[in-house]
Amino acid sequence: MGRITLDKVSKAFGDVEVIPPLDLTIEDGEFVVFVGPSGCGKSTLLRLIAGLEDVSGGEIRINGQDATQTPPAKRGLAMVFQSYALYPHMSVRKNIAFPMRMAGMPKDEQDRRIEAAAKALNLTDYLDRRPGQLSGGQRQRVAIGRAIVREPDAFLFDEPLSNLDAALRVGMRLEISELHKRLTTTMVYVTHDQVEAMTMADKIVVLQAGRIEQVGSPMELYRSPRNVFVAGFIGSPKMNLLTGPEADKHSATTIGIRPEHIAISSDAGAWKGTVGVSEHLGSDTFFHVTVEGFHDPLTVRASGEVALYYGDTIYLTPDLAHLHRFDAQGLRIA
Amino acid sequence: MATKHSRASARIMISPAVILLLGWMLIPLSMTLYFSFLRYNLLMPGMEEFTGLTNYKYFLTDPAFFAALTNTILLVCGVLLVTVIGGVFLALLLDQPFFGQGIVRILVIAPFFVMPTVSALVWKNMFMNPVNGLFAHLFKFFGLEPFDFLAQAPLASIIGIVSWQWLPFATLILLTAFQSLDQEQLEASEMDGAPWIKRFWFIMLPHLSRAITVVILIQTIFLLSVFAEILVTTNGGPGTASTNLTYLIYMQSLLQFDVGGGSAGGVVAIILANIVAIFLMRMIGKNLDA
Amino acid sequence: MARSVSTNRKLVTTFFAWVVGLAIFFPILWTILTSFKTEAQAIADPPIFFNFHWTLENYVTVQERSNYFRHFWNSVVLSGGSTLLGLIIAIPAAWSMAFVPSRRTKDILMWMLSTKMLPPVGVLVPMYLIFRNLGLLDTQIGLVIVLTLINLPIIVWMLYTYFKEIPGEILEAARMDGATLRSEILYVLTPMAIPGIASTVLLNIILAWNEAFWTLNLTAAKAAPLTAFIASYSSPEGLFYAKLSAASTMAIAPILIMGWFSQKQLVRGLTFGAVK
Repeated sequence: MGRITLDKVSKAFGDVEVIPPLDLTIEDGEFVVFVGPSGCGKSTLLRLIAGLEDVSGGEIRINGQDATQTPPAKRGLAMVFQSYALYPHMSVRKNIAFPMRMAGMPKDEQDRRIEAAAKALNLTDYLDRRPGQLSGGQRQRVAIGRAIVREPDAFLFDEPLSNLDAALRVGMRLEISELHKRLTTTMVYVTHDQVEAMTMADKIVVLQAGRIEQVGSPMELYRSPRNVFVAGFIGSPKMNLLTGPEADKHSATTIGIRPEHIAISSDAGAWKGTVGVSEHLGSDTFFHVTVEGFHDPLTVRASGEVALYYGDTIYLTPDLAHLHRFDAQGLRIA
Repeated sequence: MATKHSRASARIMISPAVILLLGWMLIPLSMTLYFSFLRYNLLMPGMEEFTGLTNYKYFLTDPAFFAALTNTILLVCGVLLVTVIGGVFLALLLDQPFFGQGIVRILVIAPFFVMPTVSALVWKNMFMNPVNGLFAHLFKFFGLEPFDFLAQAPLASIIGIVSWQWLPFATLILLTAFQSLDQEQLEASEMDGAPWIKRFWFIMLPHLSRAITVVILIQTIFLLSVFAEILVTTNGGPGTASTNLTYLIYMQSLLQFDVGGGSAGGVVAIILANIVAIFLMRMIGKNLDA
Repeated sequence: MARSVSTNRKLVTTFFAWVVGLAIFFPILWTILTSFKTEAQAIADPPIFFNFHWTLENYVTVQERSNYFRHFWNSVVLSGGSTLLGLIIAIPAAWSMAFVPSRRTKDILMWMLSTKMLPPVGVLVPMYLIFRNLGLLDTQIGLVIVLTLINLPIIVWMLYTYFKEIPGEILEAARMDGATLRSEILYVLTPMAIPGIASTVLLNIILAWNEAFWTLNLTAAKAAPLTAFIASYSSPEGLFYAKLSAASTMAIAPILIMGWFSQKQLVRGLTFGAVK
């Protein structure tokens, strides 16, 4: 069981309010990702749930029980830190055993759980090494192992992959997702990387300046972003956002169209532009196109290889079914 | 960043240290202040009476006070000068690659381990003694008249002894600072065509400023209260030629049993030390832990 | 990239470094040599360096006359006791300042350091009277307390600088893992800070071992450490150079030996944690 409810939770450091009162429910077994630009308060929110910071107002309930004043260790949560926070003077085995040792668990039960966790995380051969002798990915697994053995109600991850190199990050992403499928324990995951959010989450919480901009499944956020911020943040490459006369035509202040929803043609289309830099990924090609009268260049996706070069003229046609319209407040017009 | 709970424990955890130091500072200090207004001599118990500022008047008008004040300043500044300048050059030398760095470093640090009483005695007898000291032998070898260091230049001799004790400390700190100097910065300035002396002056010395501050701060703390070296070598003499404030007050209180006068001296010493302390704290406040 | 240095230049540096090193060390070396001479050889002119008749006689005499071992034991108790007591008080304080800093933390640290600047002589009389009235004069416990108090600011300061290098996340991890404050400090912080604590301990043992104001003024015979033992040789008897040298060697040898065995930590400690 791991249902976490935030009820009007707020946080201020001195006079600076970093999180205005917010409500959020994390259902049991859900994989929830907090995503947002750096400084948006996502890590603070996680630390509030963990109990490493006091809330300035509101209530945190875990499984229906008020846990606002409960010390971190008593909340039944386990946390994996950005820096892994392994104890450098202890072997991997002792690191994993530490929470159980603190809980006074019998030795044979400790050993049983360590063996199981080590097997699941491919750490069996490394149990007697120190963290300093492990690679980044292995350290990450030890940190996860230390969290698993407690059999917590929920796992908290604070940007756990940001210290790994790109290749390793993809692998660990899969491992964590798989771990979630196997354990079906609630996981709360903080990241600034929207790709991680899209690929891993059951539910994404987009944060900006401490406020929740939108909560929803990855595809909900992709299909119907509630405002300009979410529209621009979710999706890669970014959605093209246009203002001015072009938006007026659709009776909106801002319109958005994703690169993959623009058709290209060499002879006719709604917009005429000039090809700038093109990025060839093999499966896709992204063109940066300057359109006369538009403030910023548009990003356009074409599948496969397209024979267009720097300086060529190109015609673009947005797919109106996937056009997003936003009003003067930046909110979605249904 | 922490919780109310951890802030509360933090206060509890720090309080023994704070309370003890507060007591250590306030209790004897207020007693000193109180005694300084009394006529109080340990040889005449029961005769204590309030005398107002008389003790201060006697202490401050005593010519010995002025001599002691001058000597204290000379001693502190002299030792600082010798150790900082000597330390910079020694550190420069020891920072170069050479054979046996480890052993030489140990040799250079060694004087710091020597207790003040020992170093004072060794220097006094075995080196500075005008008859049997090594320096006397050396002078005679060159056909010179032996020089009675502690009688003829007592303060300078003491500055020498104390400098020998503190030179290792200054050298070590400055050496550590040199080693943390970014080599690329030096190489860049070399590419820019700066000659060695300019590199030393514009890059190395500014880099050392923090370390020099530390040396000055820590040494001053200890140098203001130099005591054993004087007690063992000259007893403050001849006359008051090598009496510093610490020694003067010691004589007044424990040798002449004049608690009132000694206490007044103590208060004066504390005030003077505080002036120095404020000055130093300003300096490190800027330079340290920025 | 370290630059390669020509062997010639290295030899020249080696020569100068050794000359300077030996010159600074010479007074200690000379004292040790003299301690093995007879009194006549000790003052011989010209001085004898190595070709003398080595004898241990001075050491025997010094022990018989001044009871070296009792003073040595007092020094051990005073420096060990005050360092231990200081650590017990300072570790929690340094933990507070390093991991739960507040706006006042730096002020408190500066204030603590400033108590170190109070000239001891300013409070000599009251301390003497307090000690006399409490019956602490010439006792080990009294001096352990005084030495603890005078070195406490330095211990706190040093531990603080070392603790600050430890990432707070690791302590938070321990807290999440269910560690109480006591286990957090005992099982996580202290083992991680061992090198820093070792440096602090070594430096404080040296400072306490060599402290020569309170130990000279508040002891007479029973609790007198080696500083007082050696001060007794400042009388004309001190003119017996060989015996003086033997006594001096005995007083500084424990610290010198300790220093040689723990060079790395000590060098780190000697910088008071202030320079990295």
